[in-house]
Amino acid sequence: MASPGKANVKSPHVGKKKKPPARYWDKLQQEEGNNDENKDGKDGGKAQHAPRRTQKRKLEETRRDRNKFISGKSDPFPGPAPIPEERLQKFKRKDKIKKPRKGQRTLRATIAHSEQTCEMAKKQAARFDLLLPEDAGFLEGDKDEDTCTISQDDIADAVDITSGAKYFNLKLSQFGPYRLDYNKTGRHLLLGGRRGHVACIDWQSKQLMCEINVMESISDVKWLHSEEMYAVAQKKWLYIYDSKGIELHCIRKFNDVLRMQFLPYHFLLATASSTSFLQYLDVSVGKEVAAYCTKTGRLDVMCQNPHNAVIHLGHSNGTVTLWSPNQKEALVKMLCHQGGVRSVTVDKTGTYMVTSGMDKKLKVYDIRAFKPLKSYFLPAGASCLSLSHRGLLSAATGDIVQVYRDVWSCPVTKPYMAHRVRGTAWGLQFCPFEDVLGVGHGDGFTSMLVPGAGEPNFDGLDANPYRSVKQKREWEVKALLEKIQPELITLDPSELGKVDYATFEQRHQDRVKALGFDPLAKEKFVPKHKKKGRSSAGNIEKRKKQVAHEDQRDIIKQSVEDKLRKKDTGKEAASSLSGQKSALDRFKK
Amino acid sequence: MIDMAKVSKKNMKKETIVKKSRGMTESSAATEPRVVYDDGDDEEEHLNEENLSSEEEQEGEDGASDERKRQKLLEAISALGGKRKNKLGERSEAAVHMSEFTVNADGGGDKVDLSDLIGNIDKTQAVPNKTKNQLKTLQQNEKTIETPLSKQESERIQRNVAFHKVATEVTQWKGIIQQNQKAEQLIFPLNQEPSGPRAMETVVTCWKAQTPLEQEIFSLLSANKQPIHNPILTPVEEATLKAMSFEEAKVRRAELQKARALQSYYEAKSRRERKIKSKKYHKVLNKAKRKDFLKQFETMVKTDPAAALEELNKMELARMKERMSLKHQNSGKWAKSKAIMAKYDEGARKAMQQQLEVNKDLTQKLVTSLNNDQEEEEEEEGGNPEVIPEFVNDAEQGVDSSNPWMRGKLFESPTEREVSDTVDFTEEGPGIMVNTAEEEEDDDEEGTEEERLLREFDHRRRLRQAEEADIVAVITVEHEEENKAAGACVSVLEEEEEENKAAAACVSVLEEDEEENKAAAACVSVLEEEEEEEEELSKFKSVFQGIANTHLDAEVEKAEETADTNHVDTHLEEGLMRIRTLEDVALLSQMESVADQTPVQPLTSPTTENMLSTTKMVGKNSKRKRGIELKQVLTKESKVIQVPLALTVEDKEDSDEMLDQRGLIKEAFAGDNVISDFLKDKRKQEDVGKPKVVDLTLPGWGEWGGMGHKPSRNKRRKFRIRTVPRPPRKDQHLPSVIISEKRNSSISLHQVNSLPSPFVNHTQFESTIRSPIGRMWNTEQTVNKITNPKVVTQMGAIIEPMAKEELMKNKKQVSTGNSSGVEPIKTKPMKHTKKK
Repeated sequence: MASPGKANVKSPHVGKKKKPPARYWDKLQQEEGNNDENKDGKDGGKAQHAPRRTQKRKLEETRRDRNKFISGKSDPFPGPAPIPEERLQKFKRKDKIKKPRKGQRTLRATIAHSEQTCEMAKKQAARFDLLLPEDAGFLEGDKDEDTCTISQDDIADAVDITSGAKYFNLKLSQFGPYRLDYNKTGRHLLLGGRRGHVACIDWQSKQLMCEINVMESISDVKWLHSEEMYAVAQKKWLYIYDSKGIELHCIRKFNDVLRMQFLPYHFLLATASSTSFLQYLDVSVGKEVAAYCTKTGRLDVMCQNPHNAVIHLGHSNGTVTLWSPNQKEALVKMLCHQGGVRSVTVDKTGTYMVTSGMDKKLKVYDIRAFKPLKSYFLPAGASCLSLSHRGLLSAATGDIVQVYRDVWSCPVTKPYMAHRVRGTAWGLQFCPFEDVLGVGHGDGFTSMLVPGAGEPNFDGLDANPYRSVKQKREWEVKALLEKIQPELITLDPSELGKVDYATFEQRHQDRVKALGFDPLAKEKFVPKHKKKGRSSAGNIEKRKKQVAHEDQRDIIKQSVEDKLRKKDTGKEAASSLSGQKSALDRFKK
Repeated sequence: MIDMAKVSKKNMKKETIVKKSRGMTESSAATEPRVVYDDGDDEEEHLNEENLSSEEEQEGEDGASDERKRQKLLEAISALGGKRKNKLGERSEAAVHMSEFTVNADGGGDKVDLSDLIGNIDKTQAVPNKTKNQLKTLQQNEKTIETPLSKQESERIQRNVAFHKVATEVTQWKGIIQQNQKAEQLIFPLNQEPSGPRAMETVVTCWKAQTPLEQEIFSLLSANKQPIHNPILTPVEEATLKAMSFEEAKVRRAELQKARALQSYYEAKSRRERKIKSKKYHKVLNKAKRKDFLKQFETMVKTDPAAALEELNKMELARMKERMSLKHQNSGKWAKSKAIMAKYDEGARKAMQQQLEVNKDLTQKLVTSLNNDQEEEEEEEGGNPEVIPEFVNDAEQGVDSSNPWMRGKLFESPTEREVSDTVDFTEEGPGIMVNTAEEEEDDDEEGTEEERLLREFDHRRRLRQAEEADIVAVITVEHEEENKAAGACVSVLEEEEEENKAAAACVSVLEEDEEENKAAAACVSVLEEEEEEEEELSKFKSVFQGIANTHLDAEVEKAEETADTNHVDTHLEEGLMRIRTLEDVALLSQMESVADQTPVQPLTSPTTENMLSTTKMVGKNSKRKRGIELKQVLTKESKVIQVPLALTVEDKEDSDEMLDQRGLIKEAFAGDNVISDFLKDKRKQEDVGKPKVVDLTLPGWGEWGGMGHKPSRNKRRKFRIRTVPRPPRKDQHLPSVIISEKRNSSISLHQVNSLPSPFVNHTQFESTIRSPIGRMWNTEQTVNKITNPKVVTQMGAIIEPMAKEELMKNKKQVSTGNSSGVEPIKTKPMKHTKKK
């Protein structure tokens, strides 16, 4: 990064033809002149984030410098490189707040400091956004060609060999419809057949890690925090196996589990059972965190909101309920479908929820405001839904897997892609960081190519698909250290950064009780004692009345004034806008 | 018992007090007698001595030597006690026997004067003159020396002075302390020499010639004016550079001077011109200007149509500006003076009236295509546009600003207006021109030419319409072509007209027309002057066609509304058209072209508009309902998606799952009462949250009770305890959502529940902690910057308190830094002056 300090080099000696080369001692001199407050050595960032006033001065100086050049040449790129506005917007954290009044110096200073750091963080992040080089693409058909008619084979032929190898079928017709799960890095695939077949595969190298048959019916499989362990919901209990297929735990507390979700940052395994119990298991300590009876019957529809770790459950009465381990009852209950809910999924940013129901509808909700956005009618009805990192929606209708683009922004009439698998689709999941959609169906497993599905830029410290064993170990330790406690799961994650008002008031009340008076209360007005009979009871009351509710009065006065003004302006605007005259206007002058 | 105890206690106290007093007295007694004793002792001694002396006197009467001896002895004895001397001085009783050793004030005058003592000094030669003079001044000086301050006061002053001294000393540190407090990071020990290799430049600049050889070299360098620190340019070079810049400055200055002079000349000229009172002069001038402008404009139209359009836009803008300014509200200086005159002067009144009309005209909204929408809205409101009486529309048109009552007619056929309007664009009335010119010279001097021209046009149009009643056209020509042009729209309108004829209106219009015709026959006046103007303005026509078009469009639309008035014309199959001069006839062709363009737009039939309005209404209703109706939300129409591939396998529900029969049935028929169930659930939740009213009235308490007696309303009101209503539920406006109102207590443990010190309200605090500081969300640099420790100490280094030298150093640095920063700016002009 070019240090901005260099840009405004002050050069008292000006060459005739060429701009003199910027010398670092010039900069030093200038810094001395400015009496820089920055004491530590890193001047690159420091100079940039010096208070605004000095920046302004520097800008002026540069301008003056530019004018000074006799040759007429000037620095074509003065100052630090500009950052595009939209990119800045992308990293914006908060709006600026109003500055407090002049008197409170320390407060002003602290607020200014925080504002400054925030601004700096934003700018830096926007600058370094440049370092995310990968870009996502999309499938584009020729003229009059629907992208959904392009077959997987064609795509696999067209792309490079490594990508083409990502389209494959596993024919596993023996052990019935398969559920699947990719791990967080997207390297490993876990398959669970209904009739007891469990297999872990490093799917990119097609290397089988383990394969067992649990000799029981399996309803769901899920990776835990790493590819070392996975959970299998079997006929009766919940089992945990390691990557070699060795049974590690049989958790009897979790019975009749139908669906599971793993919350990676909380190390929580959430399970939904046929006895309508929602249970949370802390995987890091092996403790049951919470168990709630939802009282809504069989729970076979479940997903998590990756943004706030809230669990969404779909029910047979058309409602979707939101759960956190901290509350016995549902946080939110939404009526989404007239029939039962068949599948729910939430996008990565926690903005949209897509549901499908028995009424064969596909609905898109804004889950922050709980408002419906779009509603589609799928003639076949979608049994499974999955959203990719970049917002592609896959829906399984019978044996056809459809992929949609931008279901929430613009109304969709056609799928982006469609593919027929060999049996009824049973499980769907987009592979993280890959343009791949895994489909588990009655006849095995299909890995489908879906261009533009995966997030191209991965966070190497969070989920690195190419991590080594050592890095994995490191990551595991760090992740455990940074584990988020289950108490912090809330509907609005930013709530943690807010002042707890209720306890604040409660505390205040306690304090008042202890002190015997309200320290924050306004002083009561006591009229001055006047002599010569002017302090009679009536007079005192009168004087009290004069100041009673003064602040309130001010507020009221202000509001009334505002209203009047608004009315006037509104009238004027209306009259000037309409330009129409009533019949009686002719009598007006 | 208690009393007793108290009493005893009191007694005890008394005793102790008594004891104390006794003790006091005893002690005093012990001291007093001693004092007395001492005195007595002294006196006794004294007496003894006196006795002794008297005895000695008696013994040694014989010789003077004895006398002297005795004196000596006395002196010796008196010298033994120190106090005695004082005693002697204090003796003040009148004594006949005067001692020669003491001076008694009783003897001579009251005070001893200085002159008494030194009175004869003048005469004595031994005293030097200097002392004499000093004594003299001392004598003249009558000031008495002030009494010295008391000890407390002097101490207080000293303390004060000392405090101030220390305070100033301490406040010197204030700046540094504040700076350190504000500093983002402090590294102790302060002012440490940075370890590691230093920058080459600092070494070079700090280096000083020490050895004789070095000194010699440096002296050589400086003698030859070679650069020592800045090895890029020699001072000579720099000087030449500066000289060049000076030359440039000179040139620039000259340029500036010239420009300023020119400007001043121009200003003077314009001022002179403005002061010329001759109206004729101004008229001629304006005319010339206008002609110039026209010429320019025409050429521009030919050469650069885009620029011409821009000019037109400018004109529009100028009109807008004029509109915005409140110039014509008869509130200016000129208007006030006219108002005074108006009582007596017809002309002034007229001028004012004109001004007002200009104002009205300007404030009138231009009829543009925007009006379409408004009309639609109107129709929406009114429901049936045909029912509205015609005069409402007529008033709305309001193109003629002057009072219709005054004019003596209510209606004006729209075609007529159309014609008059179009004529206005092409015609000019020179007589009016004179009228308008007067005012304009008053107030529009600063206005642009275009603005002025435009306003003139507007004036003329207004005036024409106002005076229509008096000066009426010469010839009425049935103009078929014009009618044809309008025919398109008229034919559309005819259908509607037939539906609702308002006979009365028709009659009135007919009558009106007749009147006008009569008037037309009466007067014939052709003004020759007009001709020139007309010719001139015919050039404008092409330019204004655009504007005219829009006007015409709007008017035709209005014609739709006032269909009844049109009715007459259409039945007659002819358009009324008045043409005043022969020139106008010539101009007709122009108008046709204008009229030809019109009928395209106004064809938006009212039926379609009605359709639009109805759809809009429906839309509004649905919007209103949306928030409430749950069913509508759920049954909201959804888009059907076609899938290219057909289904082959039927989607099987997991039938082999262990599901009891009831559950299956329930699942199958779940959709039937899903909504009602949900609503019930929601209502229940709401009810739980609602605060309950507690009634504490006791029947029969304080009044009659019994069967059929109810406690009075007043009482019930008094004893009903109402809890404060809860804040509105979060799902208040979401019909299909139930949001739990329970407080999440688990998170409150981790939340901040009291505002930290400097913050006043919680938004401030929240905003400061909102942005994350972790590595997960920030770049490395940012994290390092944000999480910098406030204080860094070096292991093993001794942190000494700040020395005073550092303070001085700091000050010096600041001063030198400032000076160095300012220097280059300061020195330059100095050199310039030298050169001059």
